[in-house]
Amino acid sequence: MTEKYNMPDARGHFGPYGGLFVAETLIPPIQDLNAAYQQYMNDPEFIAELDADLQHYVGRPSPLYYAERWSRELGGAQIYLKREDLNHTGSHKINNTVGQALLAKRMGKTRIIAETGAGQHGVATATVAARLGLECVVYMGAVDVARQSLNVYRMKLLGATVVAVESGSKTLKDALNEALRDWVTNVDNTFYIIGTVAGPHPYPAMVRDFQAIIGREAKQQCLAQAGRLPDALVACVGGGSNAIGLFYPFIDDESVKLIGVEAAGDGVETGRHSAPLCAGKPGVLHGNRTYLMADEDGEIIETHSISAGLDYPGVGPEHAWLKDTGRAQYVNITDNEALEGFHALTRMEGIIPALESAHAMAYTMKLAPTMCKDEIIIVNLSGRGDKDMQTMAKREGIEL
Amino acid sequence: MSRLAATFAELEKTGRKALIPFITAGDPNPDFTVPMMHAMVDAGVNVIELGVPFSDPMADGPVIQRASERALAHKMSLRKTLAIAAEFRKINQTTPVVLMGYLNPIEAMGYEAFANAAQTADIDGVLTVDLPPEEAEECTALLKARGIDPIFLLAPNSTDERIQKMDALGSGYIYYVSLKGVTGAGHLNTTDVANKLQQIKAHTTLPIGIGFGVKDALTAQTVAALGDGVVVGSALISKIEANLDNPEHAKQEICELLSAMRLAMDSVGA
Repeated sequence: MTEKYNMPDARGHFGPYGGLFVAETLIPPIQDLNAAYQQYMNDPEFIAELDADLQHYVGRPSPLYYAERWSRELGGAQIYLKREDLNHTGSHKINNTVGQALLAKRMGKTRIIAETGAGQHGVATATVAARLGLECVVYMGAVDVARQSLNVYRMKLLGATVVAVESGSKTLKDALNEALRDWVTNVDNTFYIIGTVAGPHPYPAMVRDFQAIIGREAKQQCLAQAGRLPDALVACVGGGSNAIGLFYPFIDDESVKLIGVEAAGDGVETGRHSAPLCAGKPGVLHGNRTYLMADEDGEIIETHSISAGLDYPGVGPEHAWLKDTGRAQYVNITDNEALEGFHALTRMEGIIPALESAHAMAYTMKLAPTMCKDEIIIVNLSGRGDKDMQTMAKREGIEL
Repeated sequence: MSRLAATFAELEKTGRKALIPFITAGDPNPDFTVPMMHAMVDAGVNVIELGVPFSDPMADGPVIQRASERALAHKMSLRKTLAIAAEFRKINQTTPVVLMGYLNPIEAMGYEAFANAAQTADIDGVLTVDLPPEEAEECTALLKARGIDPIFLLAPNSTDERIQKMDALGSGYIYYVSLKGVTGAGHLNTTDVANKLQQIKAHTTLPIGIGFGVKDALTAQTVAALGDGVVVGSALISKIEANLDNPEHAKQEICELLSAMRLAMDSVGA
């Protein structure tokens, strides 16, 4: 790459992907949001407040931890974990909600809405809303409400109203539909905090910019600890916010391989999966053009993954672009493989990962042994596994 | 002159306003739709908006969303919706049919293939909810080249600049979404709508159809006085939903409601 990476364009396009595909009612609030985002991302006072929050409230920088025992066991590349699981609320999601909540405050909005899959983004949103004294409504698919009841309880403790969405497949995409409906209806006082790098422009770029702290830190830390850049980055991809947050600051570093790991559910060949980049095709959903899981008539099909956070039929448009240009590579990991990754990290390093992150761990177990001992992999440990205890116990036939 | 332009011109001559029903193709079953369309014409409607079912109708309320789900349960699709329109056109050559739906089914078919298929089915207009002018140039050009009117939405919070955009890119008519929210929601504020219509009319000569919040003969009459057409959707589909075990009864109730609206609307100018 000779030119510096500079996506998206002014209208939010990453090549053919991204853009602004929403009903007319949403255009004015999105224009307002875009104006505020452009203004404040260049406002030293805003950036200083954001940095202070990230340091003192979120607990950044998160460590880059050298997983020495696991690296030795796998017998290949040296593995470093970016410890987003150690952030306040237990995942990378708070990097973005802290930023968007500050924007909401600057814009004078009094009500926050969000969609959530695993509940991590919902918790991170409810958390910042509580801190700023803003009303908070979180939309969550009824299926996810059932499988992530711990996070539902956390959100309620934080003062949020959790709405169980009963339409469609009752998962993340339906929660997003419902949140968009709420926003259309309450545009005057409401700020919609989208949790991933999807949605209409400027969300994919804005969420990326808030999450890019992950990659900026990782780069500095890797240089400081290992004396050089990593050879590969590995991160799970649902909507893709933790992955883009890690990848983005490395896009111009051509020697660094970027590898996104999608959820293969029961296996891509079974059709029961959540891997649009590996097995979908381009289309338009939720405000942007990207790879989607849809049938031949363009109807969105149901997705499957053991991990609620990856159970989404689309993916951020920047990932679609990075795939098409070949800058990033996208692979997939089944439910069963993810469980192996989950157990391996837990037993080897004493760290219980979120099931989402376990997909990245499982791919690392395949990748590391194929690499040399002097090579480095950074894996994004995007969240901690406490929220998944019930799912794991149920899967293993244990009653808690 | 397009069928839509001719329809609005003819109505204007007699000082009447267009009654524009919206139903979802294939709801409650695929055999229901063509006879329903003919019956609505008999009840006095001027343009038919035919909803293309979509799995994720983000701008619609629960009533139209459930209509989509019922239609999709019968494997309804964009292709089959076009077939329904073509079937209707075999008997009726005068009433304009406007497809209303979301972009992804069109993306899946391909813009050019869709434009060709819409022309073959003798579709008069296409309203794609999640395709604002910013992204619509390619699709709009293909439709216009085939004599199909691209129809755009305007909202209460649309600026002058956007009204001008819709005027430049759209044709046939403009669909004014009279309140912030999803289909089937809330109540109309007549003064707000009247003020907004004045602003819109300052920037476009296209006819304005007003929708969202039209529930009965009285609201239809009120809204008719403000614009050039009245769009009614959720109120009709509610009748389908209330009579799922007896679609014929739903058809009868829908026609009664539309006839009452027609009567009330026509008595405005009289």
